[in-house]
Amino acid sequence: MMVLNSKTKLTFMKKMVFQSIAVIFSALMMFAGCKPKNSADAVSGDAAAKAYVAPGKYDEFYNFVSGGFSGQMSVYGLPSGRLLRVIPVFSVDPEKGWGYSEETKPMLNTSHGFIPWDDLHHTELSQTNGEINGKWIFANANNTPRLARIDLKTFRTAEILELPNSGGNHSSPFGTENSEYIVAGTRFSVPPDDVNGDVPISSYKQNFKGHISFVSVEPTSGEMKIAFQLKTPGVNFDLARCGRAKSHGWFFFSCYNTEQANTLLEVNASQKDKDFIMAVNWKKAEEYIKAGKGKKQTVKYAHNVYSDVTHTATSTIMSEVTVLDVAELKDICYFIPCPKSPHGCDVDPTGEYIVGSGKLAALIPVFSFDKLQQAIAAKSYDGDFGGIPVVKYEAALYGEVKKPGLGPLHTEFDGKGNAYTSFFVSSEVVKWNIKDLKVVDRVPTYYSVGHLCIPGGNTRKPSPKYLIAYNKITKDRYLPTGPELAQSAQLYDISGDKMQMILDFPTIGEPHYAQAAPADLIRNNGQLKIFKIADNKHHYAAKGENETKVVREGNKVHVYMTSIRSHFSPDNIEGIKMGDEVYFHVTNLEQDWDVPHGFGIKGAANAELLIMPGETQTLKWTPDRVGMFPMYCTDFCSALHQEMQGYVRVSPAGSNVPLTFSLGKVVPETK
Amino acid sequence: MKRVYFLLFTCTISILIFSCGQSNNNTAGSSEKPKSMVPDAESYDPKRGEGKFSADNVKVDAKLDAALAATGEKIVNTKCASCHKMSTEKLVGPGWAGVTTRRKPEWIMNFITNPDPMLNKDPEAKAMLELCLVRMPNQSLTDDDARNILEFMRKNDGIK
Repeated sequence: MMVLNSKTKLTFMKKMVFQSIAVIFSALMMFAGCKPKNSADAVSGDAAAKAYVAPGKYDEFYNFVSGGFSGQMSVYGLPSGRLLRVIPVFSVDPEKGWGYSEETKPMLNTSHGFIPWDDLHHTELSQTNGEINGKWIFANANNTPRLARIDLKTFRTAEILELPNSGGNHSSPFGTENSEYIVAGTRFSVPPDDVNGDVPISSYKQNFKGHISFVSVEPTSGEMKIAFQLKTPGVNFDLARCGRAKSHGWFFFSCYNTEQANTLLEVNASQKDKDFIMAVNWKKAEEYIKAGKGKKQTVKYAHNVYSDVTHTATSTIMSEVTVLDVAELKDICYFIPCPKSPHGCDVDPTGEYIVGSGKLAALIPVFSFDKLQQAIAAKSYDGDFGGIPVVKYEAALYGEVKKPGLGPLHTEFDGKGNAYTSFFVSSEVVKWNIKDLKVVDRVPTYYSVGHLCIPGGNTRKPSPKYLIAYNKITKDRYLPTGPELAQSAQLYDISGDKMQMILDFPTIGEPHYAQAAPADLIRNNGQLKIFKIADNKHHYAAKGENETKVVREGNKVHVYMTSIRSHFSPDNIEGIKMGDEVYFHVTNLEQDWDVPHGFGIKGAANAELLIMPGETQTLKWTPDRVGMFPMYCTDFCSALHQEMQGYVRVSPAGSNVPLTFSLGKVVPETK
Repeated sequence: MKRVYFLLFTCTISILIFSCGQSNNNTAGSSEKPKSMVPDAESYDPKRGEGKFSADNVKVDAKLDAALAATGEKIVNTKCASCHKMSTEKLVGPGWAGVTTRRKPEWIMNFITNPDPMLNKDPEAKAMLELCLVRMPNQSLTDDDARNILEFMRKNDGIK
């Protein structure tokens, strides 16, 4: 831009003595202007290029982010931060008909009945040999305790399992190296479900118990089953990680409120200098189950499964669970003292180091798996807690990271010997070396970071290109939108020695934990593009317009309807009467990728439908008045989408209008 | 003296360029030339269309294969009949009567299995799109499905 030919240069120099001085001055001003003044200046010049994914190009990673109190899971592309999809899981989603269509309603059934809204905290990708396998992702419902399995071929929730004996399923859905088990540890200890819970709250120490579910995952179908539960003393379980490689067969859970307080926990559960990380030898627990040491307990919980063949969910109420009492069976559980209400409890890729993050602490303890084994063998204990041996702190400790920051929460790993810990109170990410426990780098976050994510950061083989910080406070990061703001996530390039912030992106709900996987691992997993119409076994499917019909069964009317660009069959229905319940079973006859049809009818009190190619979905509609009700396709499908419509005539109860239906039949005008 | 000014000028520019470091390192994706959307008139055979099928791999007898046609009819009912009548009447797409006399077997099988590329370049397909205004959807037909549907179309056209 500053290339001048020699003639111009000559003229320029003759005239510009003073001006050249002025240029130097302004250049110096610019130089001074580069000094970061505020958070927006913490970004260096090439950040945009690093986060830029050109139109039509794909991202490098999928990022599966918990939707927090929205109850859903969102999927982003990285490094662009593009929102790719919101997967409805534990909350109804009118956009997709989730929880509104007759087929999906059973997915949100529980022992308490239908629950339309829950709180999703953590995500866990399925693994084989400690590496992400791209099959499923699991999620936890925190409020009414449940686990969900999402099929990554369809990006849909395939299964939801309720958890008995639990209150606040927070320490979940963390999994083992081959997804043998997904665990679910209760946040609230509560009286077990099979005893009378109508007891004084002040009887906590006596009556309240913790339960941790080990949910097995069938390797091919993914079907979940509560293999067993561990009954523990009453404490709060927070987070967990499996052992890997050398420590495979073990699981580690952070515990707080070892004070066993039941009121004003922010003070009363912060009394002790140390709480615990509970180490669980789950292989040993398996042996006890095999040996018949488990006690059968009568409980009540729902198990919901969605079928991609019948396009219908079923909800089954289960009535039994097998429980191992870890105070009676001495060698399953061990407590390791850990400073100040630990949140994160993270195991490095080698399986040797267990990092506790006491959220009120100013240091990070790192425990050694080998030392823990030696301590157990030598019975190097400091007494017991509720019948469970407490290993001596120093006996299990590898070392402490001194003065890393304030309020460590959660740690992920890069597989190159470094750990990255989030600090809520001091709003920063700190990179430190696992071997020498020295801080290597630190970057600010905006603001008050919770969890971190490195793709594969909880596996044997992380892909350490990016790190994402999921923040709890947004404040001034985006244009203001009134009192409620989008949640803030920040992307850092961690491929070099120094972490570099390259992008802010908003997320839905409150992102707690998130995981990420290389894009190819997911997109080449056999992604489903359509449901084959020939395989559709829905009870009310109409596989072709010659199968469409309207059938009355008492006051129930079943409409076997099809949709294709750009009409419904039938599109005129008469003879519906007040008091009828009408079920529109709409089959989308399209067999091409990305051609869903929608269905809406005036006055529908629940929602609309969105039907994928080859799928059948049902909308229940109870007309509330006599008259003419338009129906139409709600998802733009073709140039003639606006013509994709029809009418339903509703007559008074007892009317003699016959039930008729038609498509394309032109009847002479009547009055 | 001029040389001094020039040096000064050069220094100034250098400071300007380097003062903020890393500022102009634009590494946004490589610039690929857009592929031409204009069909290659030389290579495109409007009698055959574009796809897997050609006169070499589509064998059609003078007589009807009733079994193939019967299988074809079932697929037609599910995947085609919503939009096509068996008469000459246009519904969403054109009526099928006479289609096997207007088009080569390989053209039909290519079009129904590979509609999008053909709607972009085939003169006859483009002309029909201008009439119907709904792009023929890809209904994910297998090669066998396409052959069976062709046989059903022949039956519809009176082949015995």
